[in-house]
Amino acid sequence: MAQANLSAPFWRMEGISKQYGGVRALENVGLTVERSRIHAVLGENGAGKSTLIKIMSGVVQPDSGIMELENRPVRFASPADAMRSGVVSIFQELSLVPDLTVAENICAPEPPRRFGLIDRRAQRRRAESLLARVHCEDVHPDEVVRNLPLSRRQMIEIARALGRATKLLILDEATSALTAADVERIYAILDRLRTEGLAIVYISHRMREISAFADDCSIFRNGRHVESFSKGGKSGDEIVKLIIGRDYKDVYPDKSAHAPAEAPILEVVNLNWGARLAGIDLTVRKGEIVGLGGLDGQGQRELLLALFGVLRGVEARIKVHGRPKQINSPRDAKRRSVGMALIPEDRKSEGLVLPLSVRYNISLAAINRFARGGFIRTRAETEAVKGALRTLSIHARGADVPVGTLSGGNQQKVVIAKWLIRQPRILLLSDPTRGIDVGTKQEIYKLLRKLADSGKGILLYSTDYAELIGCCDRVMMLYEGRIVRELAGDALTEQKILAAALNLPEEEVTAGETAH
Amino acid sequence: MRLWFARNNGALFALFLFIAMFSVYVGKNGVGLRVGLVTAVADKGVLLALVAMAQTLPILTSGLDLSVGMIFVLTNCIASAILSGPLWLVAAGIVAVLLSGVACGAINGALVVYGRLQPIIATLATGAVYHGLALIVRPIPGGSMEPTLAKALTNQTLGVIPTTLVILLAVVLVVWVPFQLTTTGRGCYAIGSSESAAYMTGIAVRRSRLAAYMLAGLLAAIGGLLLTAMTLSGDASATGGGIYTLSSIAAVVIGGTSLMGGVGGAIGSIFGAFVLRAVSDLLFVFDIEPLVQPFIQGLILLGAVSLGAIRVLRAPNRLEFLGVGR
Repeated sequence: MAQANLSAPFWRMEGISKQYGGVRALENVGLTVERSRIHAVLGENGAGKSTLIKIMSGVVQPDSGIMELENRPVRFASPADAMRSGVVSIFQELSLVPDLTVAENICAPEPPRRFGLIDRRAQRRRAESLLARVHCEDVHPDEVVRNLPLSRRQMIEIARALGRATKLLILDEATSALTAADVERIYAILDRLRTEGLAIVYISHRMREISAFADDCSIFRNGRHVESFSKGGKSGDEIVKLIIGRDYKDVYPDKSAHAPAEAPILEVVNLNWGARLAGIDLTVRKGEIVGLGGLDGQGQRELLLALFGVLRGVEARIKVHGRPKQINSPRDAKRRSVGMALIPEDRKSEGLVLPLSVRYNISLAAINRFARGGFIRTRAETEAVKGALRTLSIHARGADVPVGTLSGGNQQKVVIAKWLIRQPRILLLSDPTRGIDVGTKQEIYKLLRKLADSGKGILLYSTDYAELIGCCDRVMMLYEGRIVRELAGDALTEQKILAAALNLPEEEVTAGETAH
Repeated sequence: MRLWFARNNGALFALFLFIAMFSVYVGKNGVGLRVGLVTAVADKGVLLALVAMAQTLPILTSGLDLSVGMIFVLTNCIASAILSGPLWLVAAGIVAVLLSGVACGAINGALVVYGRLQPIIATLATGAVYHGLALIVRPIPGGSMEPTLAKALTNQTLGVIPTTLVILLAVVLVVWVPFQLTTTGRGCYAIGSSESAAYMTGIAVRRSRLAAYMLAGLLAAIGGLLLTAMTLSGDASATGGGIYTLSSIAAVVIGGTSLMGGVGGAIGSIFGAFVLRAVSDLLFVFDIEPLVQPFIQGLILLGAVSLGAIRVLRAPNRLEFLGVGR
């Protein structure tokens, strides 16, 4: 290993500033990263972490400041440039090409070649060995990436980074789409890479991850570097306080004391969809938040899509307010007599029309409520949009900026606003807080509880067990497309959720009832 | 194997369609499978196949090249002007014709990549320019081509196989297959599928896109060269160029390449081109009134494209047939 200079830091950036239009994303920040250490970067959405990472990996260029790798000044004009210097990033917005195969993606941009042409066999071998290193032997190297679930894609992205001559590995929210088992694998991989001498920069919203394995920690807030410290330098509470700039307590609002006898708002009996969903029975009562839990990809997303009329060939008896309903499309689901709303998982493609304005996005789902004789009454629209921006405290420079320019948390609030404006009675949410900072998460939890208290029925799928425990009145655990257990009240513990997620028998389960 | 079928079912579908149509044609026209007939069918098909291959590349990068037909016409006119005389001059002329096609493609590519113009409007404009150049080279139809060369390009190889088919096969083996296996070729698929992901991966986005348009120019020029060999003249026909451009897009779609980019390939487009040609031949042998032919041709084309879409309609997730993310 070529040690340049023991006293000089491995990676140093100093006085970095970056401005987008009128918005200052970073102001005079610095970051120092050492070899064989995992450096956690913490901060809320909009704190400037993403911009920092983008600068480090050559996606954007800083307005001012210097960067040094192994004591030599560097300047990256593009991600390809950064990669050549050994700085490799794994982004929250996945950077895999959907229509290429797994092997092609893993070996890009420098596939093995023979006589100048790509050697497919060697490419496949390389992909196989890298997939094995991340324990993803179940992924076929010739499968097209588009057909794989998010969690597998993330692992492929990590496999790809392993195949490069990486010196500095940057992970941006790498675990937000992963199952608990995969997260464990990533911990093990990162641990090994650390002993191999890599410098690792790690961004996550999961506090537990940070305390589990970060060696150093840097906190950002509002585009400024707040503080850096080594492991053990601060308690968890102190860290959270530094991140949000105020005290952090009572993350989850109190659960309501609604009588369980409240009338059911949504009843689903024997829902089947091919081999993916089998015999699902489900009831959501007024004022109740029902959780969907389990490992990633056990049919939770499909269940929400099936209820919302997106899937074909769904067999089920569905009753809304006690009356049987046929829901064959999102249009049916939206109808006043059903009153369903789905907050989809991927806000960028299914939730929002990114280039269009905040106003357009918010009023889109309810557009005919603002129309008279086919024409949109802009005054009514503006009023409603203003109201929504206020109630959800969406931070935007006016209602006419493209929604794509907002931070992730605010974008997610726009998705929610868009459906709330229709005043739905049943709210389906698919992992609504993925990749969102703690502050916004808390706001969303409060909002959900408020909606429930106002008599709506809520079905919430979350990959975060703590969220299920904190938010939900009951949690249905799915395993291979079936509901295997229902947990409620005191039975709603992390341990029991984990056991049910893995479909392990658990004798202690007494309060919950078993569906199968 | 299953994965291979999944990736190539568009091309296979077009091949199947062509075989079906061609069998009906051979059965119906009464003279059977004669060398002369096959050569005539092949010649017409190969021209469109080359232009369709050319069109495939920009489409794969989620672009479009409205000038391929005009490059085809322009190179035809250039070839008809310079391809006669002693052997060395003819050889140099062939190179010049092909290079002029590449140059046209390079201009298109440069406008799209560096000029940041939308491909559809950039190539609409350059198409008009290329047509203008063709008119300057050959104001009225005419010209010639070295007869030995023309004969060599259009006859039969080994007495039975139409030479144009052999040339097409050679183009596939020498140009398309290797290109697909270069990092640049891979880059074309990547940027068509997701340009941002390709960029983040460190793929040479600009080089790949430029290469796609240049190669399109080259393939169109090969087509122009063959056209000259078949007609022994050049014709700066605006309608001819326009029809080839539009048919090439249809052939690409029938061949299973997604207009959104990233999925498909030139092999499918070749079959697509032959399907289109078979349609007009079928109308001919069935003695359809010439005046209703365009109408029926349009309906058949619509049907062929719809058949390809059935695969998508069967998808169990309604989001998929909106082409979400495509």
